[in-house]
Amino acid sequence: MTDNNENSDVTPEEEGRVPKRVIGTPPSVGTQELLPREEPGEGGSGYVLDEKKARSAERVAAFFFTLTFLASIAFIFFYAVWPGHVGNIQRATRSNYTLGIALTLIFLGLAVGMTIWVRHLVTTKEIVQERHAISSTAEDREAFNEFFQKGAQESGLIQRKLLRRTLLLASAPLGLLPLVLLRDLGPLPEKKLRHTKWKSGTRLVVDGTGQPLKATDFNSPGGIITVVPEGAENNLDEIATSAVLLLNLPVDQLKIKKGRENWNVGGIVAYSKICTHVGCPAALYEQTTHHILCPCHQSTFDALDSAKVIFGPAARPLPQLPIGVDSEGYLIATSDFKEPVGPSFWERGRPKA
Amino acid sequence: MSTTTPPKAIDGAIGYADERFAIAGFLRAKSKKVFGDHWSFMLGEIALYSFVILLLSGVFLTLWFKPSMSEVVYHGSYTKLNGVSVSEAYDSTLRISFDVRGGLLMRQIHHWAAVLFLASTMVHLLRIFFTGAYRKPREINWLIGIVMFTIAILEGLFGYSLPDDLLSGTGLRITQGVLQSIPLVGTYLFYFAFGDAFPGHDFIPRLYTIHVLLIPGLLLALVVAHLMIMWFQSHTQFPGKGRSNNTVTGKAFFPVFLIKTNAFMLFTFAVIAGLATFAQINPIWLFGPYTPDSITAGSQPDFYMGFLEGALRIMPNWETNLWGHTVSWNVMIPALVPLGLIMTGAAVWPFIEQWATGDRKIHNFADRPRNAPFRTAVGMTTVAFYGLLWLAGGNDIIADKFHVSLYATTWFFRFTIVIGPVIAFFVTKRICLGLQGKDADVLHHGVESGKIMRLPNGEFIEVHEPASEEEAAVLQGKDLLPAPELEEAEDENGVPAPSARGPLGKVRKNLNRAFAPDEVSVDGHGEGHHETGPHDDEQLASDGVETGGGKAISRH
Repeated sequence: MTDNNENSDVTPEEEGRVPKRVIGTPPSVGTQELLPREEPGEGGSGYVLDEKKARSAERVAAFFFTLTFLASIAFIFFYAVWPGHVGNIQRATRSNYTLGIALTLIFLGLAVGMTIWVRHLVTTKEIVQERHAISSTAEDREAFNEFFQKGAQESGLIQRKLLRRTLLLASAPLGLLPLVLLRDLGPLPEKKLRHTKWKSGTRLVVDGTGQPLKATDFNSPGGIITVVPEGAENNLDEIATSAVLLLNLPVDQLKIKKGRENWNVGGIVAYSKICTHVGCPAALYEQTTHHILCPCHQSTFDALDSAKVIFGPAARPLPQLPIGVDSEGYLIATSDFKEPVGPSFWERGRPKA
Repeated sequence: MSTTTPPKAIDGAIGYADERFAIAGFLRAKSKKVFGDHWSFMLGEIALYSFVILLLSGVFLTLWFKPSMSEVVYHGSYTKLNGVSVSEAYDSTLRISFDVRGGLLMRQIHHWAAVLFLASTMVHLLRIFFTGAYRKPREINWLIGIVMFTIAILEGLFGYSLPDDLLSGTGLRITQGVLQSIPLVGTYLFYFAFGDAFPGHDFIPRLYTIHVLLIPGLLLALVVAHLMIMWFQSHTQFPGKGRSNNTVTGKAFFPVFLIKTNAFMLFTFAVIAGLATFAQINPIWLFGPYTPDSITAGSQPDFYMGFLEGALRIMPNWETNLWGHTVSWNVMIPALVPLGLIMTGAAVWPFIEQWATGDRKIHNFADRPRNAPFRTAVGMTTVAFYGLLWLAGGNDIIADKFHVSLYATTWFFRFTIVIGPVIAFFVTKRICLGLQGKDADVLHHGVESGKIMRLPNGEFIEVHEPASEEEAAVLQGKDLLPAPELEEAEDENGVPAPSARGPLGKVRKNLNRAFAPDEVSVDGHGEGHHETGPHDDEQLASDGVETGGGKAISRH
């Protein structure tokens, strides 16, 4: 292949054992670059094709270009005639396959054809070209410097202090204006993150159906259901803070925190469903261990022990909602959450409860 | 071909333009520009052509997409969701998928192109880094690349969040939680971004404007600048026979590169179209519309967000409460530190290298990664750091598929995120030095020919052939790092100059040593070859013959 090997006494079998090139470097010599490198003649001609091979390469390229042409016609056919209109899943799937295959072939035919063209039919030689200088000449630099200094003098900005200073003064606040204009993007947070829709007497309604729930109806041990405040069933903003996991836990295993003695109804406890890490719904519940798991980042909370964190990146327990039963037997909240729900924030401070 | 005048139509057009913009002179210079050939030069091209596809398919999607969070009841072709209350954004995305011909294909093309754009950008960036192609005069283009990469990640996140499906909505919820955790201004940023409570009604329209106008406009401008600078400065080139720092070897832009790059563009298009045809991506109808209290297990973001997800997952639950204020280290550190470290680190790297090595030369040769062990090792450290975070982002999938405990995977990543990059650093450096040793060996003693020869005294040796000229040129292309400028900082008695005595000077000196550690010489007597010891089963060499690290003699 290379001059070097031709001159040596290596037999062809042995040649294969000699590394021809180092991985990560360009191939040393290709078949078309056998001619010596020199400045090309006008038009870059100089490399002579084997006409027989060129003819067959031309035919192969032509085949692929024709393929593209036919695929374009097929594309229009698939769009307009069959499968044509979409409107259900089967038709959409069929349309996706037919149109997609046609489009792929359109691009592929052109790409392969052009590759064969450029590899086998183009006679341009490889050349070595000087890189032009990256920087300007020293004279250019000097001339510019002179010109610049002269212009600066002529502008008067250097001598006239008042002009210069007031110009700077005038441009200083300009960058601030866009920020001022953005003020009305949203309201101030105020205390909104500290409250939810829950208040004393709000009924717990089942998420999705909006049905209020009686304590006696939610009696299967290990039961879990998502509830939202009555009146907020269709309000995503309220659900995003007020969604609650209602769990029916074995009373004898429940470790009730001091001050939360009457927050549960016979083992039915309510924890905020909004993870205290970054706010995903902590929706997975393992009945045997009574662990609540947030599927986003795997914070795990112990439902038996005030939803305290037992694993994962969440720093705080899921806030507990104090619940009771109203005169008709429906589950109600007896107050709002005693601490902000969801992810932490700067103004939050230590939980009060 | 034989005539020197183009066909009349082209000649006429060129003439028309020439009389107005002097275009012939411009084209005369440009069309002869030589482009070097190397497969790794095409990585950036994949990104470029994916971007073209993104613009085209994106425009198509905007014709039907409604960036609105208003609730509507879905009555469309996807019967399973009939009567479900969804947002207009979700509704219109379903409409594009099932009621617009070619809509599903275009959606999938758009999404696959985005994935390919980010993937090729990353690999392109790694190629530039590992070959030192960011060095003078290409630092600015490197910076442009880093900025494009960063905003492309945002662009992707914003884009896949637009359909308001359950998966992407969960991603937005996490984004909101992260925003809220930022000290001092977090809650304000949250309310300003969302226009009120989460999810509110403003966020998707706002994302839409950013996604279809602001970031694409910025990207387009940066792409143009990137290409113009690349054209002006030309590609770097790997060392090889007949190559020099001041020349480019290759074929002219017109016609060779022009045909090649168009063919490559069409290959990129074909691959994306093929993926969009056969590989389903983001089937939002299976995820369902977003509600803040629903989620699916195994939620995964697009791959380029995975490292942030992983960081969030493995971070210990640190939070401090001081003077009535809460700082969520468990959210802030993973959300800001990995991205900040990698992007800032990459951005300042060329300047650190220049500062440490005192190297102000113009570099048109691309380094082979082995020849810059410190840089390559730092690069692999970053790759390991990023890769482990990325894997950690799928720890639930890993736990599920490999039947290991979920918590065990978390602990595994908590440790390996610290140890892994360190191991990567030292292993890479040793590998680089070993490879350099091998190169030096090839130069000094040639390559093993596989030919066994028996000497008159009965001894067997393996004949070594000298390396071919091409190969030798590659091996000798090692760019020795200059350290002279720093040596000047010491006087003849070895007393460092005042500038080298301060803490910064010491850092610089240490970095300088790191950049040019135990150099393996390629032309002198390197220390490398004893690292490539003989295999036990070919103990053919005897004592007394020239010892090439125990190898057989070479035939010079």
